[in-house]
Amino acid sequence: MNEPRALLILNNLSKTYGSNRVLDNFDLTIFDGEFFTLLGPSGCGKTTVLRMIAGLEDTDTGNIQLENHDIGQVPAEKRPINTVFQSYALFPHMTVFDNVAFGLRMSGVAKEEIAPRVTEALEMVRLGEFAERKPAQLSGGQQQRVAIARAVVNRPKLLLLDESLSALDYKLRQQMQIELKRLQRKLGITFVYVTHDQEEALSMSDRVVVMNKGKVQQLGTPREIYEQPANLFVAKFIGEINQLVGEIVEIDGNHEYEVKVEGLQWRLHAEHNFKVGDKVNVLLRPEDVRVEYIDDPHPDQYLVGEVIERNYKGKTLDSLIRLPSGIEVIASEFFDEDDPSFDYSLNQKVAIKWVPGWEVVLPHEV
Amino acid sequence: MRSSFGSFRFWAIGLASVWLTLFVFFPNLLVIFTSLLTRDPQATVSLPVNVDSYVRTLDVLYLQVLWDSLRMSLLAMVFCLLIGYPFAMAIVSLPKRWQPVILFLVILPFWTNSLVRTYAIQFILGNQGIINKSLIGLGLIDKPLQLLYTQFAVILGLCYILLPFMVLPLYSALEKLDIRLHHAAKDLGAGPLSRFWYITVPLTSPGIVAGCLMVLLPAMGMFYISDLLGGAKNLLLGNVIKTQFLHTRDWPFGSAFSVILIVLLGFMLWLYFRASRFVSKQGGLNGSDF
Amino acid sequence: MAPIFRWGFMGLVLTLIYIPILVLVVNSFNASKYGIKWGGFTFKWYEKFWNNEGLMGAALNSLTVSIVAASVATVIGTLAAVALHRYHFKGKALLSSMVFVSMLTPEIVMAISLLIVFMALGIKLGFISLVIGHITFCLPFVIVAVYSRLKGFDMKMLEAARDLGASESSIFWKIILPLALPAVASGWLLSFTLSLDDVIVSAFVTGPGYEILPLKVYSMVRVGVSPEVNAISTILLVVSLVLVVISQLLLREDK
Repeated sequence: MNEPRALLILNNLSKTYGSNRVLDNFDLTIFDGEFFTLLGPSGCGKTTVLRMIAGLEDTDTGNIQLENHDIGQVPAEKRPINTVFQSYALFPHMTVFDNVAFGLRMSGVAKEEIAPRVTEALEMVRLGEFAERKPAQLSGGQQQRVAIARAVVNRPKLLLLDESLSALDYKLRQQMQIELKRLQRKLGITFVYVTHDQEEALSMSDRVVVMNKGKVQQLGTPREIYEQPANLFVAKFIGEINQLVGEIVEIDGNHEYEVKVEGLQWRLHAEHNFKVGDKVNVLLRPEDVRVEYIDDPHPDQYLVGEVIERNYKGKTLDSLIRLPSGIEVIASEFFDEDDPSFDYSLNQKVAIKWVPGWEVVLPHEV
Repeated sequence: MRSSFGSFRFWAIGLASVWLTLFVFFPNLLVIFTSLLTRDPQATVSLPVNVDSYVRTLDVLYLQVLWDSLRMSLLAMVFCLLIGYPFAMAIVSLPKRWQPVILFLVILPFWTNSLVRTYAIQFILGNQGIINKSLIGLGLIDKPLQLLYTQFAVILGLCYILLPFMVLPLYSALEKLDIRLHHAAKDLGAGPLSRFWYITVPLTSPGIVAGCLMVLLPAMGMFYISDLLGGAKNLLLGNVIKTQFLHTRDWPFGSAFSVILIVLLGFMLWLYFRASRFVSKQGGLNGSDF
Repeated sequence: MAPIFRWGFMGLVLTLIYIPILVLVVNSFNASKYGIKWGGFTFKWYEKFWNNEGLMGAALNSLTVSIVAASVATVIGTLAAVALHRYHFKGKALLSSMVFVSMLTPEIVMAISLLIVFMALGIKLGFISLVIGHITFCLPFVIVAVYSRLKGFDMKMLEAARDLGASESSIFWKIILPLALPAVASGWLLSFTLSLDDVIVSAFVTGPGYEILPLKVYSMVRVGVSPEVNAISTILLVVSLVLVVISQLLLREDK
């Protein structure tokens, strides 16, 4: 990829509704041509950011720059930015064609240019033959695609998608994720996607910002966010995670520490700077946890726990294991039909370990 | 939102606001003000400000008229409730497909000329009317009954004209009633009567109050009903007001009677909001849509 | 309630509601002057009405007032409904409570308050005062009809229109008005019938030089039976019934 060029810069945005501060000095840079996702729980401010970019929401403070021009005072109808709304918001009294043509007509595109452009946009979302239907005669997935066509036909600099897939059922959503990604590559338009669904965010985006309470929690590629969560919130929000509590007992230098966890001493790597005596969280993804029979020979140290729950999930077997300290750990293991030593019984004592380096060590917080 | 939104927003808000201020808000204040003025044969009304008109409404003669009017209107309200409530319940118990049809049939006459329908009642009740003619024809009576120009005729006319106003709010209150509450009450051993009295009635109380308000207040003002059906003796408040304004030309006095109506309206609105707050606190329906 | 009893009760009430109307309509075709006995079918009362210049003039006046009042009320009411639905503004609560109050105010109170205000403002009683009065009592009906239709639509649609470059007025003309049109039309029709049938407000705010049909009918029935009243009444009833049925069909369609 070439050197990324900043397309949209959000500077110090804030917004307060009554006593509720939904956005707190929010900064963000979005690059040209990327698939960018705002991810967070409901009420984290992600939709507010999107609406401010669209111009549907005023900002209390801060400014928004599109290609180095301040667009804060430009009304929504004049911004070269279009939105795909969560509920699609199709015009029920217009045909699919008229819906898609609406933006072009509003901006005064020449009549003879409208039809080919609308047709092209509809072909792109594979709805060419539905042009004369009314929205009510389409399925949810088709309405979704009309909404996308209606937005992209205007060739916006930026396409905003507000939880656009959340109304679809699981299978259709999977399909649309792929389709959206394909469309984005084909059009080369920058997509800004808002979702609370971490799986969706990880699978589609080039970069993701995780938000909570109006603040950026972490900005990075999906992989960085999953594997190197910046804090406990991100770690817990992006997928399941086990949280063990440890204490720094020795500093080996160069971000290597001796950490006491569950009565044993481990040599762990951490990006943060800790002092001896600091409490830390040692975070482990369930799929990084290894469970083994206790009778097997173990060359390295392990924790002992008791299996208290087993959930067969199809692809994986999830076991809930209670450690002597009372902390419960989830281990998610892929089936290996050749491994006879896979199935544990309830109350069985097992050995727990993980590949060194796959853990994440963060300052302790609850 | 910014003012640069231009004139559409300005006109959309402005026109109605100015209109309603000029022809609803301001006039109502004027009525109150007029009721405090003095009658003036030259200029209709004049200063000084006083409460003489209100004192005069306490005159035995007018108190009697006020009481008669109130009693007829209240009776009409009660009869409307007695007919309207079971009627609304019957509509609600119909299949969903039929409910709007029956409701429409009840409301339809509301949109037609009520004067004309009052005249039709007069036509039926008269000495030469259908009822008397049929009764005589059947040999049940030999002299026509005096049906017209009685209090009964006025009350009947009011009920006839105002019944839709009772049915509509009752229907919407009953329609929102959660049927599961009835099932729960049944399960707890409540019979049909106690279910009605302890569940249906309290939870539809805003509808009851709204219906009563929408019957009682117009009932006091519909001067042409008492005019056509009650003759000269059975007057409604509306007749008194009309006489004061259009014939005697004592505007302060007529206004004072209107203020009584406004106060009654205010009281019933207060009752309505109290009832709907009570119900929404209990987790039933919401207040008004506006 | 047992179903038979239920239907019986509803049937009885509805019959009692419609019998007087039916009697009136049938009698308007009754050749016998006092309408006691059936004297044969006739159109002569309609002819009498048609040939009575005073009555026809009043009818024409009524039509004029109703058309003007319904049209103005529909324009103002539709705009107000859009404003109440779409905008947040200072005094919004006041505006909606004025709508609410003007719907509940007994007509007689509205009538005298208008009379007083016309006097205070020096507006001459006659056509203008009638039209203003009628607009005032029609307005809340239009507002409520249009508002409740708008409430049924997804507000996001209007944001989508803005997002696609539509100005406030294009949003109104291209999105809101087409969607609200059935309610707007039905509001007009209902206003028209309300205006055409009004007695109470008209009795107070009309002037000596401007006669309208309902008031003519009122003075005729007060003095005694005159059969052409039956004909006029039938016409008024039928016009209202037809318009209301149309307005309801408009609202039902496409929803």
